[in-house]
Amino acid sequence: MATPLRSPQVADPPRASRLTLAWVGGLAALGLLLLAGLAFGAVPLPLSDVLDALRGAADGTTTSIVRDLRAPRVVLAALVGAGLAMSGGALQGTLHNPLAEPYLLGVSGGAAVGAVLAMALAGPSVGGSPLLITGSAFVGAAVATLVVTGIAHLAGGRGDAKLLIMAGVIVGAFANAVIMVALADAPPERIRGAVWWMMGSVADANWGTVTRTALAVAALGAVLLYKARDLDVIALGHEPARALGVDSERAGRVIFLVASWLAAATVAAAGLVGFVGLVVPNLARLLGARRHRPMMALAALYGAALLVAADLAARTLRAPVELPLGALTALVGVPFFLSRLRRGAS
Amino acid sequence: MSALHFQHVTVHYRGSDRPAALDISFSAAASRFTAVVGPNGSGKSSLVRALLGQAPLVRGAVRLGDESLLALAPRELARRVAVVPQREEPLLPLSVEEFVMLGRHPHRGAFGAPSPHDREVVRQAMQRAGVYEARDRRTDRLSGGEWQRVRIARALAQDTAVLVLDEPTTFLDVAHEMAVFELADELAGEGRTVLVVSHQLNLVARFAHHIVLLNRGQVAAAGSASDVMRGEILEAVYDWPLVVTRDPAVGAPALVPLRGRARDSHLGRSGAGQDGT
Repeated sequence: MATPLRSPQVADPPRASRLTLAWVGGLAALGLLLLAGLAFGAVPLPLSDVLDALRGAADGTTTSIVRDLRAPRVVLAALVGAGLAMSGGALQGTLHNPLAEPYLLGVSGGAAVGAVLAMALAGPSVGGSPLLITGSAFVGAAVATLVVTGIAHLAGGRGDAKLLIMAGVIVGAFANAVIMVALADAPPERIRGAVWWMMGSVADANWGTVTRTALAVAALGAVLLYKARDLDVIALGHEPARALGVDSERAGRVIFLVASWLAAATVAAAGLVGFVGLVVPNLARLLGARRHRPMMALAALYGAALLVAADLAARTLRAPVELPLGALTALVGVPFFLSRLRRGAS
Repeated sequence: MSALHFQHVTVHYRGSDRPAALDISFSAAASRFTAVVGPNGSGKSSLVRALLGQAPLVRGAVRLGDESLLALAPRELARRVAVVPQREEPLLPLSVEEFVMLGRHPHRGAFGAPSPHDREVVRQAMQRAGVYEARDRRTDRLSGGEWQRVRIARALAQDTAVLVLDEPTTFLDVAHEMAVFELADELAGEGRTVLVVSHQLNLVARFAHHIVLLNRGQVAAAGSASDVMRGEILEAVYDWPLVVTRDPAVGAPALVPLRGRARDSHLGRSGAGQDGT
C-alpha cells in the first residue's frame, strides 16, 4: 500500500533473550528444587548423602529413603505440576479466557469422583487397581466436561467462559460433596481419605504411580503440543479461525477433552490440586511466551518446579505435620485469581 | 479457474422470519475487482459466511471454478480463498510478524519453524499492507487502522488466488482507505479474484469492475458502476433521498445523500442499526 506505517512507538524489546533466560532459570530452579526435595523431610540428609544414595554408594537406610520414598514423591510432584500447567494452558486457549483451568472448570472434581467411586464401588480385590482408578478418573473428567458445558449451554452462554467457570465451580463443589459422602465410612487402610482426594497429596507416591503418570503426561501433553498451532488460530475467534482453515468448535472440543484427561491423570495420581493450571500459564506468558507451543512447554517446566516447591513446603513448613498440597497451591492461586479478575474488570 | 460463483445462495438463520439471503447469484471473475454493496442487513456478510461454510445455506452453492467450496476441507479452502472477516479483536498479544505468519497456517505442518518461503511471503504481505515497519510491535497495541491493515496482511500471507475483504475500510482514514482500494485493485490486476464487501459506494464506483447491490437479501442491481449507481435505484434501496452526480476528478458516478427528511423512520426502523447480517 502507498502509505507506510510510520510508527511513533518503539518496537517491543526482543523477547528471545528473555525467553532463553526464563528457560535457563526455570531448569536451574527445577534441578535445585528436585535436589532439595530429596534432601529435606522427616530425616534431613546432607547433599553428599543424597548424591551417594542416587549413585548407590550410600548405606541401606539412606538409599531407601532417597530412592524409594523421596525420589518417587518429587518426580510425581513434577509430573503432576507439568500436567496441570499444560492442561490449564490448553483450556485457556480453547475458552479464550486466561482464568480457565481444570480445577475451576470442575474437570478435576469430576475425575476425582470417578476415581473415588471406582474404589468405593469395586470389590476389595479390584478396589485398588490403579488402571481402573485412572480409567474411572478419565470417565469422570469427560462426564464433568459434558455437564459443565451443558449447564453453560442451558444458561444461554454457549462459549461464554464466565458461565463455564461458574458452572465448573458448581460441579466442583458437587464433586467434593460426593467424595465426602462416598468416603465417610471407608476403611482407612483400604482407601485414601477424603482429604487426600480433596486437597491433594503426593505423599503416597511409588514408582508404579510415577510410571503411569509419566506415560499419561507425556502422551497427552504431546497431543496438546501437537495441537498448539491450532490453538494460536482458535484464539483469534471463531470466524477468523475458520478463514485460516481451522474449525474452532471441533478442534476446541478435541483439545478440551485431551486437556481434561491430562488433568484426570494428575488427579488419579495426586488428588485435587487447584490453581497450578491457572497461575503457571499466565506466568509463562508474562515471561514472554505468547504462542501456545512455547507457552505450554515453558508452563510445563514452571508447573513442575512450582509443585515440587509446594510439596517441599507441605512437608517442611509445619513438620512433622504434613500440609495438604492443594491447600498450599490455593494459598498462592486465590490471590492471583483475584488480581487477574481485578485487572480484567478495569 | 479461480472465479468465485455464488449460485442461488439462500441463507436462512434459525429463528428469523425471512431469509438473510434469497436466491443470490453472481460471479466474481479472476483479474476483476468485484464489490458487494447494500444497506445494513441486506445480506452482504451472510454471503461471506456462506462462503466459509458458517451460514445455514438452505439452497444454492458457492463454487470456486467448478468445485463446491462446501465440499472442501476448511484447511484446503483456506489455501485457495483468503477472507478478512468483518470484526476481530487482537485476543492473542502476538507481534505483528507472528500474527501475519498465522496466514501461513493452512500451508504449514504442525511442527517445524517457518520455511524461508513462509518468511518471504510474510515479509511481502507486510510490505504490501504497509505494516512492515511495525513488524515487532504487539497487535494489541495497534491503532484501529493499523490493526485492520495487519489483518489484510495476514490474508495476503495465505497467498491465495481469491481474496475476500468484508468491510476492509472500517476505522480507516481517507488515505488508508484509498490505499486499501488501490491494493485491492492492484491484486486484481495481478490476476487474483478480489471480492470486497463495502459501504463506501463512491470508492466502489471508482474502483470496482463489477458491483452487486443487495437489498433485503436479494440482488437489487448488478453490473458496472454506471449500471448500478443510478439515483432511482439507490434511492429505493437505501430509502433515503439522494442524487447521483459525477465525480469531478475521474468522472465516476458519485452519490450525494440529501438532507431534510425526518430521520425517525430510519433510526426507529427495526434492524437498522444491526450491521453484519
